[in-house]
Amino acid sequence: MTKAIVFKNITKSYGAVQAVKGINLSIEKGEFFGLLGPNGAGKSTLINMLAGIVKPSSGTITAMGHDVEKHYQESRHSLGIVPQELVFDPFFNVLEMMRFQAGYFGKGKENYAWIDEILDKLDLTEKAYTNMRKLSGGMKRRALIAQALAHKPPVIVLDEPTAGVDVELRQRLWSFMKDLNNQGHTIVLTTHYLEEAESLCKRIGMVNKGKLIALDDTKKLIKRNAVKNLNIKINQRDELKIRKILSNFEILIANECLTITLEKIDELNSIIELLKENKIKFNDIQTTEPDLEKVFLELTKK
Amino acid sequence: MINWKIQAKGTWTLLKKELLRFWRVVFQTVAAPVITGILYLLIFSHVLDSRTEVYEGVAYSAFLIPGLIMMSLLQNSFANSSSSLVQSKVMGNIVFILLTPLTYLQFFFAFLIAAIVRGIFVGLSIYLVAILYIDLPIVHPWYVASFALLGGALLGTFGIIAGIWADRFDQMAAFQNFVIMPLSFLSGVFYSIHSLPPVWQKVSQFNPFFYMIDGFRYGFFGVSDISPYISLTIVLVFFILLAGLAIRLLKTGYKLRG
Repeated sequence: MTKAIVFKNITKSYGAVQAVKGINLSIEKGEFFGLLGPNGAGKSTLINMLAGIVKPSSGTITAMGHDVEKHYQESRHSLGIVPQELVFDPFFNVLEMMRFQAGYFGKGKENYAWIDEILDKLDLTEKAYTNMRKLSGGMKRRALIAQALAHKPPVIVLDEPTAGVDVELRQRLWSFMKDLNNQGHTIVLTTHYLEEAESLCKRIGMVNKGKLIALDDTKKLIKRNAVKNLNIKINQRDELKIRKILSNFEILIANECLTITLEKIDELNSIIELLKENKIKFNDIQTTEPDLEKVFLELTKK
Repeated sequence: MINWKIQAKGTWTLLKKELLRFWRVVFQTVAAPVITGILYLLIFSHVLDSRTEVYEGVAYSAFLIPGLIMMSLLQNSFANSSSSLVQSKVMGNIVFILLTPLTYLQFFFAFLIAAIVRGIFVGLSIYLVAILYIDLPIVHPWYVASFALLGGALLGTFGIIAGIWADRFDQMAAFQNFVIMPLSFLSGVFYSIHSLPPVWQKVSQFNPFFYMIDGFRYGFFGVSDISPYISLTIVLVFFILLAGLAIRLLKTGYKLRG
C-alpha cells in the first residue's frame, strides 16, 4: 500500500553544516504522527523539503506515492502544510486568502462549503471578512491553519501549530485534528508541547542533530525508555546523610522531598534497603509514571 | 498529470490575486502615477509648447504625450511585479504560493499579465485625461497596441527578475532609482534623439527604453527616429531574452527555494 510520506536516505547540507544526516522515515496513511526534537534538530528542514521549499542534498521524498521533486504538482496536491512562521498577506481578508489558497489547487465554488466548515471549526467565521493585518497573533495562527486546509488535503502537516496559542484554541484545534484524522486524513505534527504529542500521536519520531534517534509507537517508546521517579518524604535534617548514602543515584532534594530517577525498577528495593540500613525515616513514598518529556530529555541527552 | 482545468483555475487565481493586490491600493498604484504624468505634461507643454516642434506639424505637447504614457506604462509594469515579489519575500507570505502545485510557467504568466494590465491601465488613464485638452491622432493603432503590450511585458518580466533577486526594499529602491529611472528619462520621452550630439545619439541606441518609446510614438504620428520594424524586433528580442532568464530563475527556484 502507498505510504502517506516516505523520506529515503535524506541529507541536507548548508555549506559545511549538515542539517539532516541520512533520515529514513515512513508515515502510513491515516496515521497521527509526531515529529519531535529540540530547536535546530532538523524538523523544519525535513518539513520544508517535503513541501518543496528546500531541496534535499541527497535522497528522495514521496507524498502519497509522488516524488516531491519529479512530480511536485501531484505531491503538493496531497499536502496541506502549516508553516511555523506567523506569515500573512496584508492586502486580503481571511475568506479571500482561503479562497485564493483553494483556487491555486484548482478548487472553486464547489469548495466553499468546506471553507465555511473550516472557518466554523476554527472559530473564524466572525473574522472571515477581517483583513489579515487586523487579526491578533492567535487569530493569525488560526487563519494560517485554515489556509493550509482550504484544498482539503489528505495529508496535513503542522509545524509547531500551537506556538503562542491560548489553551482554549489549542484544545479546539486538537479536537478538530482528531476529527480529521478519524475521517482518514494523515496528520503529521511537530510540537514543543510533549504532553500533547503524547496524547494525540499514535507514533512518534524523535530527531536530534539531524538524525532520527527514536521511532516507535508512543506507548512503546515511553515503556522502552522507562524511567520512573521515586518520591520520598523525608526530614530535612537527614539531607546530608542521604546525599552521602545515595551518591550513586541521580537525586534531588527540595521541600523535604527526595526525588530519585530510577533507570531500572529493581533499583527501588536497593534504595529502600539502603535508607533502612542507615535508619533514615520517611513519611511517605510514591512513584510517578514516566512520560514523553522524560523520554525526550533522556534521548536527546545521549 | 494534473488536468488543464485545474491548471487554468490555478493560474487565474494567482492572476486575480495579483490584480486585486494593486487594485486595493489604486490611489498609490494608478492615481499617483497618472497625476505625476499629467503634471509632467502640464509643466513641460506650458514651458516648451510655443518654442519647440520636434516633428513637423506636431505640437510639443502632443509629441510629449506618447512618451509620457509609455514611460508611465513601463515604470508601473516594472513596479507591479517587482514590488509584489519583494513584499511577499520580505513578509514571508511568498510561502503561500511556493506550497502550491503552480508551475514556474503559471507563476511567470500570472505575474506578467498582472504587470501588463497595471501598466496599460495607467497608460490608458493618462491618455484619456490628455485627449480632453490636446488633439492627439492615432495613425497606426496596431503599433500603439503592440508596443504597449510588449513594453509592459518586457518591464513586467524585468520586474520579476528584480523581485526574485532583491531580498530587501532598499535593494529594490536602488534598482528603481539607478536603473529604471535613468533608462526611462534618457530614452527620448522629452526629446527626439536627433536633437542630441552624435555621441549621445549612439549611447541612446543602447537603451532598450528608447525603442519602446520611439516605436510607440510612431503609432501615434507615423513618424519616428528609427524604423518601427527595427524597434519592434529589438523590443521583442529583449523580451524573449529576459523572459528566458526569468523562467530559468523560477524553474531553478533561485532565491525562492533553498
